[in-house]
Formats: sequence, C-alpha cells, structure tokens
Amino acid sequence: MEKAKETYVLKMDNIAKEYYGNRVLKGVNLHIRPGEIHALMGENGAGKSTLMNILFGMPVIHTTGGYEGTIEVNGSAVTIDTPLKAMELGIGMVHQEFMLIPGFSVTENIKVGREKSVPNLASRLFGPSMESLDFKAMRKDARKALKTIGLQIEEYVKVAGLPVGYMQFIEIARELDKTGIQILVFDEPTAVLTESEADRLLEAMRVISSQGIAIIFITHRLDEVMAVADSMTILRDGEFVARKEIKDTDVVEIAELMIGRKMEKLVDNDQEDLRAIDDSQIAVSLRDYRVNMPGEQVKGIDLDIKKGEIFGIGGLAGQGKLGIPNGIMGLYKAHGQVKINGQELNLAKLGDALDHKVAFVSEDRRGVGLLLDESIEQNIIFSAMQTNGKFLKKIGWMQLYDAAAGKSHAEEMVKTLDIRCTGIRQPAGALSGGNQQKVCLARALTLEPDILFVSEPTRGIDIGAKKLVLEYLAKLNREQGMTVIIVSSELMELRSVADRIGIVSDGKLACILKPDDSDADFGLAMSGAWKGGRKDA
Amino acid sequence: MNKKSKFNVWDFLFQNKVVLMFLVLCIGATIASKQPLTFVIPELFTRIARNSFIVLSLIIPVIAGMGLNFGIVIGAMAAQVAIFFTTYWGLTGIGGFAATVALSTPIAVFFGFLVGKLFNYMKGNEMIGGLVLGYFAEGLYQLLFLFIFGGVIKLNNSDLMIATGVGVKNTIDLKDTVKYALDTVPMLTIVEVGFYLTLIGLGCSAAFKVVKKQAVDWKAVAVKAVAAAVVYGLTFIKPVERFLSADRLLLLSAVELGCLLTVLWQAFLFARWKMLSKRADEDSILEPLNTQKMIAYVALAAVVYGLTYIPALYKVLIAVKLPVMTYLCIGALCGFNNILMRTRLGQNMRTVGQSRTVANAAGINVDKTRVIAMIFSTVLASWGQLIFLQNVGTLSTYGAHTQVGQFAIAALLVGGASVQNATNKQALLGIVLFHTLFIVSPLAGKELFGDPAIGEYFRVFVSYGVIAMSLAMHAWKKASKPKLESDGEGSAEAA
Repeated sequence: MEKAKETYVLKMDNIAKEYYGNRVLKGVNLHIRPGEIHALMGENGAGKSTLMNILFGMPVIHTTGGYEGTIEVNGSAVTIDTPLKAMELGIGMVHQEFMLIPGFSVTENIKVGREKSVPNLASRLFGPSMESLDFKAMRKDARKALKTIGLQIEEYVKVAGLPVGYMQFIEIARELDKTGIQILVFDEPTAVLTESEADRLLEAMRVISSQGIAIIFITHRLDEVMAVADSMTILRDGEFVARKEIKDTDVVEIAELMIGRKMEKLVDNDQEDLRAIDDSQIAVSLRDYRVNMPGEQVKGIDLDIKKGEIFGIGGLAGQGKLGIPNGIMGLYKAHGQVKINGQELNLAKLGDALDHKVAFVSEDRRGVGLLLDESIEQNIIFSAMQTNGKFLKKIGWMQLYDAAAGKSHAEEMVKTLDIRCTGIRQPAGALSGGNQQKVCLARALTLEPDILFVSEPTRGIDIGAKKLVLEYLAKLNREQGMTVIIVSSELMELRSVADRIGIVSDGKLACILKPDDSDADFGLAMSGAWKGGRKDA
Repeated sequence: MNKKSKFNVWDFLFQNKVVLMFLVLCIGATIASKQPLTFVIPELFTRIARNSFIVLSLIIPVIAGMGLNFGIVIGAMAAQVAIFFTTYWGLTGIGGFAATVALSTPIAVFFGFLVGKLFNYMKGNEMIGGLVLGYFAEGLYQLLFLFIFGGVIKLNNSDLMIATGVGVKNTIDLKDTVKYALDTVPMLTIVEVGFYLTLIGLGCSAAFKVVKKQAVDWKAVAVKAVAAAVVYGLTFIKPVERFLSADRLLLLSAVELGCLLTVLWQAFLFARWKMLSKRADEDSILEPLNTQKMIAYVALAAVVYGLTYIPALYKVLIAVKLPVMTYLCIGALCGFNNILMRTRLGQNMRTVGQSRTVANAAGINVDKTRVIAMIFSTVLASWGQLIFLQNVGTLSTYGAHTQVGQFAIAALLVGGASVQNATNKQALLGIVLFHTLFIVSPLAGKELFGDPAIGEYFRVFVSYGVIAMSLAMHAWKKASKPKLESDGEGSAEAA
C-alpha cells in the first residue's frame, strides 16, 4: 500500500472468510516480495491457517462457501480453487506435521506425485499412468534438491528412522524440487526441532530465499523472526494489524501488536473482595511436574497455587498448558511431585485427585466431559455417585439410586447455573455449547471440591454464556473460598478474572504475571522470549 | 546401522512366527498322517495350480491400503456367471475358456468399480465392508441363478436347469466343456503364440515411435526379433518338438530346466557386463558385478540338480506333472504385480496405501487410485476362479464362491503377510503351507484320533483363527499408533 510501486510476487488483498456465519478473516492483506522471508504472526485463532488454506485452495475453504478478496501472483489476478492450482502457480508448503511416508525412500518422498517416468508399450495402450518409473532420473533430481539445502544424506535410505530434523529438510527438498517454485510456506517449522536443528533450518531458509524464492514463515517465536525475517504481517482475531519491516521494529513492539487489545470487562466485579489469601497456605504444589500428553507436553514445572485464589494458566496451543490439569486428574501419564493441600497425590492412580477433592472440567466437552446420550440429570449426578457415594439409598444389601435426591439436586443446579433446557431429562448432547459447559460445571460442583480445575471454560460458547460462566467461577471463589484454576487460550478472560496468571511456553512455566501487566510482557512470555526465566510477580 | 548388521536370531523367529508355526504344524501333520510324500506332493502341486492365482489377486488392494479384499467373492461370482453362460452356449476347449475369460472380465470390471466406489465411502472399514458385501452379493447371486435364469430369461437346457425350468441346478459338470482347458495347452502352442505376440509387441512399439516421430532403435528391435525367432526355430528340431508337444511337464524336468536356465542366465549377465565394460562411456556408471551372488546362484543350481539324484526325491519328482500354461499364468501374475509397482500407477497405489493425506497433498487422485486397485483385484480374482473351476471340472453353483475369500485370505496370512503388507513370495509360501495342512490334516486326524472329522475341524479352526488373529493384530497396531496419524486420517477425510 504505502509502497505501491514495489513488485510483489504475491498480493492477497481484503481477504475475508466466513465459516457458518462466523467471520474468521475480516479483510486481511498479505504482500510478499520476491526472495524475502516474510513472517506471518498472530495468536492461535488469529486466522493464519485459514489464510494459508485460502492460498492453497484447500477443499475446506471451497466446500464452505469460498472466500472474498483478491489474490495476485506476479501481478496477475488468479483464482486458486484446488491445491493442484496452487502447485502450478509455484506455491509450496512445508507442513508442521510431516507429510512424509516412512516406508518410502528419500527419493520416493521427494518425487511423490511427480515421479519421472518413461513410456512403454503398456502406457501407449492404456495411457500415461502405466509408464514405468525412471528411478535413475528421480535419484538425480533428489540429489540435486538435497544439495541445494546442504543435507548430507543418501537419497536411497528409507525415511523411517531418520532424525526429526532430517525429515523437515526432506520436506523442504521436496518443495524445492517442484519446478517453478516461487513461494514456500513454512508452517511453524521449528516447533518440533531441537535448538541446533532449528538453527540449521533458519540457515537453509536464508539459502533458499537468496535464490529468489519468497518464504512465508509462520511462527510464534519472536527471536527467530528477528533473526531471519525481512518483513512481517501481524494478524489478530482475523483482522489485519500491521505490515512491518523487521529493521523498523523491535521485539516489544511486535509483542504488543500481537496481544494488544482494549481490555473488555468480562466480569462485573461489583462484589467486594473479602478474601484473605494466606501466602503460606498452598492448595496445589507442583515440583518437577511432567505430563506426557500428546501435543501438550509438560516438561518440568515448579508451581505453587495459593489456597483461595483464582489462578490462570495461559499460553499458546500446543505449549503444554492443557497437560497440567489432565495430568493431575490422571488422564495422561504424569511424573513428579504433586501435593494437594500438603498431601502427596498418587499420579498413577486414576481418581486419586477426585478423592483429594479436586474436580476438573475438561476442555474436551464432547469427548471426556459429557455422556452425550444421557440426560442432564445423569450427567450432573454420576461422578458424585461414583466418587462420593452421594444420591444413593440403601435397601438391604443393595445400593440404589435415590431418584428424588438426584432430581432435586439437578433441578437446583439447572436453576442456579441457568442451564437452558426443556427439562432435566433432556439428553446433554442436544444442548448448545454454552449449556453443555454449564452441565460440566454443575457436575464438577456436585463433587463439592476444594479445588476446581477448569480447562478452556469458554471455548466455543457465545459471549453472554462466557460472561455467566466466568462470573459464576468468580462467585464460587468469593463465596465458598474455592480455589479455582482456569486454563485458557484466551488471555483476555484470564486477565479479567484471575489473581495471577502463569504463562506456559514449551512445556515450562515462562513466568507468572499480574492481570494488569503490560501487553508486551504477555506477548513476550507467550512467544518464548523468556524460556523458563523470570519467575516473579 | 548397528542394529541391522547384527543378525538377531530371536528377532528373526519373532517376525516370522506365523510362518514358522505353520511350518512346524505342516511337518508334524504330514508325519502323523503316515502318507508318503509321493501322495502329498503331487496333491499339493495340483492345489497350488488351482489356488495361487486368486490368492495373488489379493496383493494389489493390500498395497493400496485397502486391506484384505474380502470382496474377491464378487469377482468369483462374476466368473461363475460367465462360465454358466459359456457352458449354456456349449463353448468348449481353450477357445471356450478364452471366451469365458472375455465374458467375465467386463462383468468383473463393473463389479470392481462398484465395490471400489463403495469402499471410498467407508475408508478404513474396507474389510468388514467387503465381508458383508460378499453376503449381500450372495443374495443377488441366488436371485439371479434361482429365479431370473429360467424365470425371467427363458433357458432351455435340461442338463443345466432344474426340472421345473426355473433355476439352475446345484452342480454343473464342466467335463465336456472347459475342464482342463487351460491345463492342457501344449507347450509347443505356448511357444508359438509367445513368438507371435513378441513380434506383434515389437512391431506395435516401433510403429508407435514412428508415428510419434521418435527415434527407433532398429538394431535392438532386430536383435529381439531374431532372438524370438531362434527360440521359435528350436521347436522345429525333432527331439525338442517331441518334448514340447506334451501339455504337462514332469517336475523333474522342470527342476532340471530351472537349474539350466539359472546357469545360462548368470552366464548371460556376465557376458553382457563384459561387453558393456569394454565400451563403457563416461556418463553411464556401470553397476559393479556381484560375483559372489552369481557364484552362489550357480552353486545353488548345481546342488539342487545334485539333489534330484537322491532316490526318495527322485520318486517324488517323477510323480508330479505340472500343467504348464496354468503355472505360466501364475508366474505372469507375479511378474505383473511386480512390474505394476514400478509404474506411475503402482507408485500412486503405494503412496495412497501408505498415507492418503500425503497422496492427496501430492495431487494424487486418491479415490480414483483406490477404485482402479479394486477393479484390478476383482478382475484377477474372477480369472483366478476360472482357473480353479477349469481344474476342478465341476461348478458347484451355489457353493464354489462362498469360501473363496476366507480361504484365499487365510492362505495369504499364513505366508506371513499382514493387513498392510503382502508380497508374491508370502502369497506362494502361504499357499504351500495352508494347502499342505488342508491335505494332511483330515488324514492325520484319522490316524491320531480315528476320525477324519477332527482334522477337518482343525483346519477350519486354523483358517478362521489365522484371519481373526491377523485382524486383531491390525486393530491393535492401529490403536497404538500415535495420535498424529489419526489426525492425518481425519484431515484426509475432511479434504
């Protein structure tokens, strides 16, 4: 815009996209010059992947009504409606999850779908798909592509068993081998790499861009952006925030741009804060706590949560924040020392946390949280029935369900939490997301816990329900003195309700912040700028 | 690296546990049955000829990631529909057999297309789908044979039809039509037809190139044509002609020929390498000659030839007569399976089989590739059923196809194949082991327990047991895979 004279290899203007009435992109611009490394930044849900899906003409875009806006490649307007079209235009992608076939050799992986072949009699009769493969020429191409990125590896070895770092390079080699490649997208390429591997990757990116291939670099790591990128675009909540040259900006400004938003008040805190939080009374104490949850690994956390406070745990997706409650509840394998009110928890025993009066509202409502086909009443009652032996009456040697007690409790819960339903007999699966969340909450509360873990309490629910859930959590904390730990990707809600907020980055605690700390601090902590350092507040 | 160089006996035993277990069972049962090898081995070779083709037809779907194709039953039905018609029309001999093949192919292509389309809607559940589809097709098959034949289409043939004129008889005798049609093709004819086919192939290839204005290597074409002519010319020598005029080949002769050809082939390789190394140009890197391997082959050939002089083996070898054409067809299918995997289509099938997500991202039409794999398998299965029927000589109208899927799949699995991985070698080894057990277990049951039925129960138990075990192991493997994989599958579905 401001440099309209410049030539761009890719210009995406005013891109907008709706999924089922939900606007996820609201007029985004992305301009890429030839041969530059362009960082695309933003929190989870900022719209980066949707933008890339549009660029690649993924079916998920076109089966949901397409997109608005214009795309220009080399100055001429194009419509990209299939991945094949994107490929023909010279757009390649290095995927976050490796798109490699372990059972194939390096050559076969590099040439997948673009095998070289020579005609034979059968192919002349039945068409080109019967052509025989020319392994010699394919090996030659593979060697050339590997040489470009400086990977010393024999092209005939199988991919299975190679180190993760090598796989990434093979992905890159595959993209480079495509003729006429102009734009290469790296989707969080360093997320799975060790530090030295990541350095080598950044070096390879520089080499590639020096050959005139533009790179779109999607990452959360600010240090990498500063090290390698030439310019950047920041998205936030599907909106275009800024396009910056790296030399004109600095880490703090970028962090602010990523996070910065006017503080909406999500909770009406008219209630007076009468709590007396005692620093010596620790509700949850974690020491060298590790959880092996796929995609949300916790890699050694030391943390003390005080009795009676609302503690927020934030961080980007995949950094390990969800692993913390799931490990304590015994849903995933966990190690280390966990003390609940001073008593050590047996992490190997499922249900031990429940016995210590810890309750959990799972982020996976439909999978773990609810019995979708059962009634609201059953959903609210069953955990307490199992764990605490409530709602049971003894008749002789049999323990039977006390229908009257269960019914009255469920009805009371429906009333206090304002669960919108046709009655307590309605199946939980038929409720809306917000009401399902309330049922989950009701069940956790029926356990009468001292400590309540709530994971992603507002995921997928509308703003009104969001406010109600958060207010109710605050009320529980204020009135009953319940220790509430909220794990959430939405920084805004943590900052509006929590007393302290721990930011998890790369499986470790980056720092503990106060809700009124600056945007830049939150941005830096989430982007991994403070790796395990700065534990104050 | 280190792991590979150290050969671990336990690993080897563990990886081949199924094969080894069946090997022990076969040897034990053979000994217990107290049958001489001169009975067991000829019986076994008959069964190999009958069943190999249909087992080999299972390999392509496994490679394309569609699992064990229980849907080959439908291919078998296509074959039976075709053979019913050709029998009704009274077509006989090899011509009748060729007509049956020609008729069954389009039917099988159509069925295979439909099955493939259906399987694309149930990705990941092809096996249970195929199994149930087989039962479903059974109903349609019975409707066709019990009601439509005679009821709707008027067929007048008292040999084939039930006395009321509606519905087909329980068994159809193929003795006067296509029994042994393929088995009895004389070797002389095979060589002759092979010669003409080679000439036509060379001619077509050259013609295509001329039309497309590409350079034709006339010298190479001429050399190939002359070589074919020389082989054909050999058949005019009297002793050769006499030897080749038979339709069955003594196993002894086959072994001797095999040894001779091995030695000749190694000699040819050596000679060609010498020639090439003499006029080696710079840019073509000559693969070094693996002399150790060559010597090993020649030595092996010599040892095998030597073994034929052991009287016990000699007795067995002269007791077996191989139907040449049938075994050639089986060999050709093995070759086809291998060559297909070296084409673009085959590579696409392998890619789709390994990961649909990757295949999709690489621009491969996943659904189309899967449908093609299904068509191949169904057509090959129908041909396999025809080979089976022409050898057995009677068509049990309502029973011949019912067990085809289970037995073929059990045989493949016994050979060490799994749901994701199957090769020609495993198929052939599986047929040998599975059918050895089939031959000897009733006899062993009779010897050991005085009741052949016990052996019968045992082999039924074994064939279903091995399928159940393999499926359970597959499900277990799938469940223990990392989550990443399942995400990939999910996105493939979404895309």
